[in-house]
Amino acid sequence: MNSLLEVRNLRVEFPTRRGTLVALDDVSFAIEPGEVLGVVGESGAGKSMTGAAIIGLLEPPGRIAGGQILLEGRRIDNLPYEEMRRIRGRHIGAIFQDPLTTLNPLYTIGRQLVETITTHLPLNPAQARERAIEWLELVGIPAARDRIDAYPHQFSGGMRQRVVIALALCAEPKLIVADEPTTALDVSIQAQVIALLKRLAREKGTAMMLVTHDMGVIAETADRVAVMYAGRVAEIGPVREVVKHAKHPYSSGLMASIPPLDRRVDKLAAIDGSMPRLSAIPQGCAYNPRCPQVMERCRQQRPDLLPAGETRAACWLYAHD
Amino acid sequence: MTETPMLETRDLARFFDVSRPPLQRLLAREGKRTLRAVDGVSFSIPKGTTLSLVGESGCGKSTVARLVVGLYSASRGDVRFDGQDLHAARRDPAQRSRMQMIFQDPYASLNPRWRVLDIIAEPIRAFGLVKGDAAQRERVAELLTQVGLSPLDGVKFPHEFSGGQRQRISIARALSSNPEFLVCDEPTSALDVSVQAQILNLMKELQSRLGLTFLFISHNLAVVRQVSDRVGVMYLGRIVEMAPAETLFTSPRHPYTRALMEAIPDLEMSGRQRMPVGGEVPSPIDPPSGCAFHPRCPLANDRCRAERPELKAHALTETACHAVEEGRG
Ligand SMILES: Nc1ncnc2c1ncn2[C@@H]1O[C@H](COP(=O)(O)OP(=O)(O)OP(=O)(O)O)[C@@H](O)[C@H]1O
Ligand SMILES: Nc1ncnc2c1ncn2[C@@H]1O[C@H](COP(=O)(O)OP(=O)(O)OP(=O)(O)O)[C@@H](O)[C@H]1O
Ligand code: SF4
Ligand code: SF4
Ligand SMILES: [Mg+2]
Ligand SMILES: [Mg+2]
Repeated sequence: MNSLLEVRNLRVEFPTRRGTLVALDDVSFAIEPGEVLGVVGESGAGKSMTGAAIIGLLEPPGRIAGGQILLEGRRIDNLPYEEMRRIRGRHIGAIFQDPLTTLNPLYTIGRQLVETITTHLPLNPAQARERAIEWLELVGIPAARDRIDAYPHQFSGGMRQRVVIALALCAEPKLIVADEPTTALDVSIQAQVIALLKRLAREKGTAMMLVTHDMGVIAETADRVAVMYAGRVAEIGPVREVVKHAKHPYSSGLMASIPPLDRRVDKLAAIDGSMPRLSAIPQGCAYNPRCPQVMERCRQQRPDLLPAGETRAACWLYAHD
Repeated sequence: MTETPMLETRDLARFFDVSRPPLQRLLAREGKRTLRAVDGVSFSIPKGTTLSLVGESGCGKSTVARLVVGLYSASRGDVRFDGQDLHAARRDPAQRSRMQMIFQDPYASLNPRWRVLDIIAEPIRAFGLVKGDAAQRERVAELLTQVGLSPLDGVKFPHEFSGGQRQRISIARALSSNPEFLVCDEPTSALDVSVQAQILNLMKELQSRLGLTFLFISHNLAVVRQVSDRVGVMYLGRIVEMAPAETLFTSPRHPYTRALMEAIPDLEMSGRQRMPVGGEVPSPIDPPSGCAFHPRCPLANDRCRAERPELKAHALTETACHAVEEGRG
């Protein structure tokens, strides 16, 4: 049987005047129906880029330079724009990191929801409006019936984010690509939205790629987690293993940087240094200049994903040759 | 004599007119509608300390932030910046350069047509703080490095960066004029935990070295615990609890604060079910009578439905709750 989504050896390039940047290199993973794949990693690692490639909205001059993306076994990375646009609304719902790019400031919240609903579902405008109010209530907008005719700027940051979530869900897609869907939300609304997403996964078999920096959300929502670093997958495996027993030195450094809730510390743990720029990715393992366990081999050869306990990690520590 | 606080607000309020267009209003036979985004908020932030505001999305945190840097005018109450009326202070460039804001939305706050170098240097140039191109470039390079970017990134445009990288650009910009008072609205929520830790460590370091004062807003309570001296919990436009950070986290008093703590996600994967704060989020256009939290509060009684509780001090904590005051909370 086919996975709902399969990404195979994806490579994304940005031709620039200063040379070609490789933003994603050899990224592969699959998501099954009803499964939530969490994606975490360094800011700038390529998480949003991966999501954009899947939904066919890479910002030019960015382009897919290699690999394949399959939805229910069918290639979608090479479809004409119009065809991809239909798939995007109906089969893949997208929640972007930036709510302002999704919402049209000139139209009311209600109009935008009603338009999306009537485009994809067989409902008349009055029914669609009722459905829109239901969705606003589901994502926790208070007094939804009263506020459906508001404009985006009249909502707070977190309220706009909830509207974006409602927009992505209201056409009932099979796959949701969610980029930081809950960061603008307070913990209570966040719990409510996560419960909603999990219910969709369980009851409707909706699959989700969930990009977030919030490890609490990952721990609660994801079935598996992919950790990205410098345009590649550094580690991928079951959520408990990756969060609690990370195998890749970058993943374990990341998990150690989570601020504690139960006490105050003078200085927070952080990984020293910063991720290399795309134009200066070091030879060998991209993490080698920051890695406490670096070996000679790491500076020469780039590791592929290798079995490491219950996860797979792109790290020479797990080579058994 | 106590030192003048860096920032002081008294009974600060901001209302928005959210009436429908006149014709629709006529058809629906409804009057003008006012949304009380912030309704009577008083606090003071001593120099060199951090006050954090937490609370439900839409409770008015960003509105307070915009009020205290003068981006919104107050509907009622006033703001004093280092002892001076805010509006007078805003008219004086020397005073204005002492305050900066990091916005919740990094996309909206960076000019897309400017190079990063110019974005970060703008406050330096506006206030004439560093003279000479070379010295300015050096300062920008230093700032970029401090936020984990490369000096070489200065020639790029904002769209060439990821969300978290853009947030770091806006942090570098806010720091560039060496402000003494910084309003940070969700400064690190777009960052991975390691970069977040670096930025928070940088903020703490600047605070202990240069005595910076922060008004900090975040939904991430673990982060709030790490950075704050005091924490104010807001609910529907008002502060319902204000306490030293450690006191708030170890013994929250207000029923809403306690509910908020229950809702924090569980990293231990112990299977503990997170408890969202029960009940409907109230509408700020038509807030509940008495204590605005009463429809969701397990301790609510008739007094709560009728009479609005005022903030009262109990030991180190100030709470606005009848139950706490009556000793039944
Ligand atoms: N238009 C562009 N031109 C050149 N490089 C770009 C462009 N857009 C993004 N990049 C680069 O591609 C890399 C990946 O960006 P992406 O937005 O996927 O990061 P991310 O993992 O989502 O980070 P964050 O957590 O900060 O959102 C970054 O290093 C970024 O600087
Ligand atoms: N310009 C505006 N016009 C009308 N209503 C507004 C405006 N700005 C804010 N509001 C309303 O004021 C209330 C408070 O908004 P604010 O942005 O301060 O919330 P917040 O606490 O920062 O929330 P979040 O955590 O989601 O960012 C919300 O109900 C919002 O809809
Ligand atoms: S391959 Fe080497 S440098 Fe890279 S993470 Fe593993 S040990 Fe560290
Ligand atoms: S005043 Fe009453 S309703 Fe409000 S928080 Fe206290 S007990 Fe609950
Ligand atoms: Mg991103
Ligand atoms: Mg806000």
